[in-house]
This record gives sequence, C-alpha cells and structure tokens, in this order.
Amino acid sequence: MAAEKTVLITDATGVHARPATVLVNKAGNFASDVTVEYNGKSVNLKSIMGVMSLGIPKDAEIKIVAEGSDEQEAVDAIYDVIKQEGLGE
Amino acid sequence: MSMLKGIAASNGVAIAKAYTLEAPELSFETKKVDDVESEVTRLQDALGISKQELEKIKENARQSLGDEHAEIFSAHLLILNDPEMIAPMQDKIKNESVNAEAALDEVANMFISMFENMDNEYMRERAADIRDVTKRVMAHLLNVTFPDPALIDEEVIIIAEDLTPSDTAQLNKQFVKGFTTNIGGRTSHSAIMARSLEIPAVVGTKTVTTDVKDGDIIIVDGVEGEIIVNPSEDVIAKYEAKQADFEKQKEVWAQLKDEPTISKDGTHVELVANIGTPDDVQGVLNNGGEGVGLYRTEFLYMGNSDFPTEDQQFEAYKSVLEQMGDKPVVVRTLDIGGDKELSYLDLPKEMNPFLGFRAVRLCLERDDIFRTQLRALLRASTYGNLKIMFPMIATLNEFRDAKALLLEEKENLTSEGVNVSDDIEIGIMVEIPSTAVIARQFAKEVDFFSIGTNDLIQYTMAADRMNERVSYLYQPYHPAILNLVNNVIEAAHAEGKWAGMCGEMAGDSIAIPILLGLGLDEFSMSATSILPARTQIKDLSKEDLASYKDELLSMSTADEVEAFIREKTNQ
Repeated sequence: MAAEKTVLITDATGVHARPATVLVNKAGNFASDVTVEYNGKSVNLKSIMGVMSLGIPKDAEIKIVAEGSDEQEAVDAIYDVIKQEGLGE
Repeated sequence: MSMLKGIAASNGVAIAKAYTLEAPELSFETKKVDDVESEVTRLQDALGISKQELEKIKENARQSLGDEHAEIFSAHLLILNDPEMIAPMQDKIKNESVNAEAALDEVANMFISMFENMDNEYMRERAADIRDVTKRVMAHLLNVTFPDPALIDEEVIIIAEDLTPSDTAQLNKQFVKGFTTNIGGRTSHSAIMARSLEIPAVVGTKTVTTDVKDGDIIIVDGVEGEIIVNPSEDVIAKYEAKQADFEKQKEVWAQLKDEPTISKDGTHVELVANIGTPDDVQGVLNNGGEGVGLYRTEFLYMGNSDFPTEDQQFEAYKSVLEQMGDKPVVVRTLDIGGDKELSYLDLPKEMNPFLGFRAVRLCLERDDIFRTQLRALLRASTYGNLKIMFPMIATLNEFRDAKALLLEEKENLTSEGVNVSDDIEIGIMVEIPSTAVIARQFAKEVDFFSIGTNDLIQYTMAADRMNERVSYLYQPYHPAILNLVNNVIEAAHAEGKWAGMCGEMAGDSIAIPILLGLGLDEFSMSATSILPARTQIKDLSKEDLASYKDELLSMSTADEVEAFIREKTNQ
C-alpha cells in the first residue's frame, strides 16, 4: 500500500530550480521510494535531474507517491515543504 | 626576466607565484576492467572528493558573497548525489566491465544532451551545470589537478584567459594577491571585481597565459599596468620598495577618511562609491565614502537560478541602507539585457544587444519583474536615505511610465499598511545622448541626474566598448563628451537639482579637475579611488578650473584636452 497526495502547483514559475532543490533534499531524508507524477510521467523525487526534466509549470496537477517503511511521513513532509515554499496547495 | 604590458585595472603591487587557472586535459581511453568492484569504488571515491570540494566552495561563496551566490553549488551537489545518474554509472561498470571514466562520460553525456535538447533556455543552462560537475569528477578519476580558485591555500597570482563572475566569486583575498588576464579592459567585470576586492590586477595582456608558466615568480604592477616574469633579485627589491611606498601612500590617504571632500577654495563635492552587493558596503565605509552613488542591483539577479523574491531583495536593500546610516544610497533599478543575461529569462539573441531590449525598456514591458523590485525598494526606504534611479532612459515618457509604476506600488503598499518614506528622490541615469541633449526638459521632472559615462561614451562615439579594435574611440576627454556632460550639469543647476557621475571617468585623475570645473556635484567611483580623489581635490581650485570651461568645451580633440589639463594641474 503506497501513500500518495495530489497537489495543485500555484507558484507563477512552476517547480523551478530553487524549490526543486528543496523537494529533492527533503525526499532524500526518507527510506521509502518517492516519486512524482506529472503529465503521465513518473520520476524519482530523489533525483534533481528527474524532477527538473518534468518541467512542471503553474497550474499543473502533480501526484506525490511514496512506498516503503516511512511512506506516510514522507508524503506529509513533502506536502509541508510544498506549502511552505508557496509552491502549491 | 621578461615584461608584459597590459591595462592597469586595479591599483597596487603584488609579487607571488603564478597559478594558472585553465581547464585541465581530460581525455581518456575506454578500457575493459577485470575487477569491477574496485572500479565502482574508484568512481565512489572520485564522487566523494568532488562533493567535499563543492561543500568547501559553497561555504566560501556563502561567506564571501552570501547565500544567494552559494545556491548554485547546492544544485551542483545534488547532481552528484542524484541516484538516477549515479546508479546507471555503477550498472555500466558492473554489466559492461568498462572503466569508471567511460561510465561517467557516457551517462553524463546522455543527461547533457537530454537537457540541451529541451526547448527552454533555462533547462539548456542546466546542461552546463552537469558538464561542470562531471569535469571535476573526471579530473579526480584521471588524477589531474582541477584548478579551483577557492581551494588555493598559498600566496599566488592568478593567470587566466579571463575570469568569470563565478571565478572571482571564489577568490580568497588572503591567498590571491593579484591577477592578470589575456583579455578585458578597465570596465570589464574582472577589473571591477579586482577593485572591489582591493587586489592589484593587470588585464588585457593578450599573451600572459602563454608567456607565464605555473610556478613562475611574477610581479603584477597594477599602477603601471605591467607584468614582470621571473624578476631578478634587484628587481624584486625595487618592487618591494614600490609596494611599501604604495602602502605608505595608502596611509596618507587614510588620514582623509573621515574628512569631507573640499577643494582648495572651499567647494564641497560628494565622493561616493559604486557597489554591487551589501558585502561591498564595508569597503565603502573603510575608504571614507560619503554615500553610495550607484548600487548595481543586477548581482541579485545574476548567478542565480531564479528571480529573487521581493523579500530577498528587501533584505539586501535594507542591509545596505542600514549600514550606510543617513548617508545617501542611490539604487539603480534592474539593468539586464545587453551583455548581461539571466539564465532563467529567455530573451531572443539580438544583433545589437547594447542598442536592444535592456534595462528600463525590459522593465516597462515585464512590469511584473519591475514591480517586485520597486516594492522591495519602497519597503526598505524607511531604513535609510534611499534614492532611486532608472537606467537607460531615452525619452521623457519612459521616465514618466517608470515613475508612475513606482507611485502606484507606493500607493498599494500604503493601503496595505506598510510604511514608505515620503522623501525618496527619483532620478535617472544619463547614458543615452538624446537624454543628455535635452537634459533641460528632463531637469524639470527628475530629482537628479547621474551620468553613466561608460555607456554615454560608447553611444556617443558609436564604439562598442567590448570590441578591442575600436577601443581607441573610448575617449572620456573627447570634447563631444565634455559638452554633453556640461549640458547635463547646467540643466540640473538651472532647476535647482543635482548632477552626479557614476562611470569610471568620475575617479580618473585627468577627468576630476575638468568635472570639478564644470560644477559636478557628486562623483561616484570604485571605493578604492575615493581617498586618492579626495587628496587630489583638496589641492584643486574650483574657481581656477571653472575659468577654463569655455576654452575646454571648444577644443577639437581629446588629446588637446588631456595635454591642457596635464599642464594646468602638473600631472
């Protein structure tokens, strides 16, 4: 059973380098596999190049999925970062 | 022993070992390996050392330049930690029994070409980041030294083709005693940085990277613009004496640090400094600056991965204003475009970038970017003596539009309950001849002028200041320039406004007597030029110099002007 959360990106510049860096760093703190899905593509959220390659724009709907021993904590923590950074809701 | 001539870019004399900053040779052969496990370990080790170095560089950048500049290195570190890049390299070694160099190269190139082919300028720039960090790892695999200005820990003089902003960002003043480059001029980025770091520099030597070898002892004479390679003991002794004289001279200047700038016949003018970041303020105060005449805000935007937020800008402006106390701080709004690009702002390439979409032209069209900066400035205005200046104003309408946006944001902030100062002076840079010619009309609406001579000269003479073949046309003393400058000063005074100057010319010992005579009120220059200028002005009579005005303005050539001033002021 994986934990997941759908988020709407509201930041005018989308998921740009600075917030992407914070998200990747945060995901790296968890043992679970964490991915982000956008536009039918799913990438490793622990990979900066993966996240950047999605080019997530404003108004995008993305899905954060975690699977592993700390999956719920991972999804919650990442969602907190998204809100703190003003990235989305 | 041999000597090289260049352009004196930053005062002082340095004697030390040469340290060449150039890309190392990174070619390798693809080989089969037997022991794949130890090959994987070799890759891990190279990655580990590279990460340690980047942490150190990041920390240096944070200390010398602030968090903003350090950000780029966080991104570099994340690339080296990226599981999607590292795992395929390891797999490649294990499954194909190839050496680590080949695995690194192949996987990195795959990512580089993926990013290079994206249709977004910003993403394409990321390819350069991957290339940068991969080179560092490759250098460690091949056991070649990767020159890294931040890792230097003995006294050296840096030798390079040119220094980029990120190179200079990493220079540690404790060990880097000076630098010299093949290209560049007095107004190039590396020269400006050298003056703000207060280290001697000679640029534009054309051949220093081929004439000097790593480890040669060299002398950088930043006063005369000379490089001496492997000097004899006698010569070293001579330059050590010169160095001591320069230090003594600096002490004499330092006595004027807290004095106002007053000419022999009692006229006060303001000597203020050009700065790029809040970190530069200490240098202004140490050198007795009476204010900041030009705060270039571009550095907040450059070397960054995204637009600085309103809060980030507010913090920077507030810091400068607070440090300067009640002394004036003239902030120039964003001047990008032209030769200054932002990786995250996709602008089409132009045939003539200096005549193109830049500075206030860009800000008026992208008012979202502009408004953020204006709001940050207005919020900071209560922390000191703020004056706001718009760059590249060509028409009165541009000034009116920019001012209207400023007033609109002021209104917005006031209605949000934010305090904004009520006496912010709003002025313009005069760097386009059209504006200098009708300065009379502008003077009725602006609070002040600041003449930006670097651009005013290039636009008046139609000579690109980056093009060395036409550099002879960069003539600050040309009578056409003097007439434009005079026109601006007279226009300001006719309306009871003040006129300043914030180009290199304002700190030049030939130009200072001319400008004093023309009645310039404010001279903005590199911080280190302030005390020499104050010393010079103390011995000049404004009245005498003013009496030469008509004669100077009717001269035919820059040479005539220079010879005349040299004779009158014994230079």
